[in-house]
Amino acid sequence: MPDSPLIAPKTDEVNYKADSADSPHDQHPAYLRHHFNSTDQQADATNFAMWLFLLTEVMFFGGLFTAYLIYRNWYYPAFVAGSHQLNVIWGTTNTVVLILSSFTMAMGVWCAETGRRKGLVLCLSLTFILGLGFLGIKTIEYSEKIEKHHVPGFHYSLSSFTDPASDPEIFKEYHDKPLRADMARHTEVYFSLYFAMTGMHALHMIIGIAILAFMIVRARAGAYTSGHVTFVENFGLYWHFVDIVWIYLFALLYLISRHQ
Amino acid sequence: MSEPNERAHNGGHHIVGPGVYVVILFSLLVGTGLTVWASFLELGPWNPIIALAIATAKAMLVVLFFMHVKYSSKLTKLTVFSGIFMFLVLISMTLADYISRAWGSW
Repeated sequence: MPDSPLIAPKTDEVNYKADSADSPHDQHPAYLRHHFNSTDQQADATNFAMWLFLLTEVMFFGGLFTAYLIYRNWYYPAFVAGSHQLNVIWGTTNTVVLILSSFTMAMGVWCAETGRRKGLVLCLSLTFILGLGFLGIKTIEYSEKIEKHHVPGFHYSLSSFTDPASDPEIFKEYHDKPLRADMARHTEVYFSLYFAMTGMHALHMIIGIAILAFMIVRARAGAYTSGHVTFVENFGLYWHFVDIVWIYLFALLYLISRHQ
Repeated sequence: MSEPNERAHNGGHHIVGPGVYVVILFSLLVGTGLTVWASFLELGPWNPIIALAIATAKAMLVVLFFMHVKYSSKLTKLTVFSGIFMFLVLISMTLADYISRAWGSW
């Protein structure tokens, strides 16, 4: 019976029609949800949704960036002095670590798309390790700030700014002039924004690393490499987005005030 | 069993290969080196402009290639573009307000 209604028309090798009762389960991939017409449509819709989520993230970090730019214009000398406290070498190292992790993540997506299970596990594991490396370096930087009492709050210390010579490591590199007490006070605004921005970024990294661990376990069991790559792909978008946020944080927090 | 790559040619899904990723990785590392080097030069008001320009160039490479936007559907391209455009509108209106509010009184 060639015209049996039980046999759905095949549109493509993977694009089975699955929108109604005339399509039994053995005629479409198990991961195709029934409210989608085809795996392509499902992938497009999920990709679109992921981008919408990332745009809300753009707006979220955008608010922080805008606050940073406004306060930097208001309290310019304080922001320059605050920025000089950051170590460019650590910042550059972390930028390289994060770019490498973006590369391994992109390679992971390629491995998933081409069905390479071992390659996918390797790439995800490398991304995981590089992500932890980034957080490790961030911890070293944060502990320097804690030791110098540069964390905003009751124990905040102004001495590096009212008396730069008391902070010889920074002083021998930048030779900053002392700030007046009222301007020095505003370095606390700089560090509030520094911790808010890098802290929110680090939180995104921690969430990403947790999801990576989950994906490594699943990928070892053979997930993602048999056609259904959406999860890895969309996680890749998230990870690259976090990389982009850092690229701007590095420029704004570490680099732009070195000479003023 | 089909060859791993065969799935690539089914459906409308474009697969970006390792070659592209290596080139982009290299460009991003060069960009990072460049922006750190530029920060050591004394360029006055150009320091932040150059740093942000290089950061934007790097971000565009990531969006277009690592995030596959160059190979994506028109819907995705429009979504990404309109989102970034909206962000630029918001940030430029906010900053324009702060810059012009006390116009002439400084």
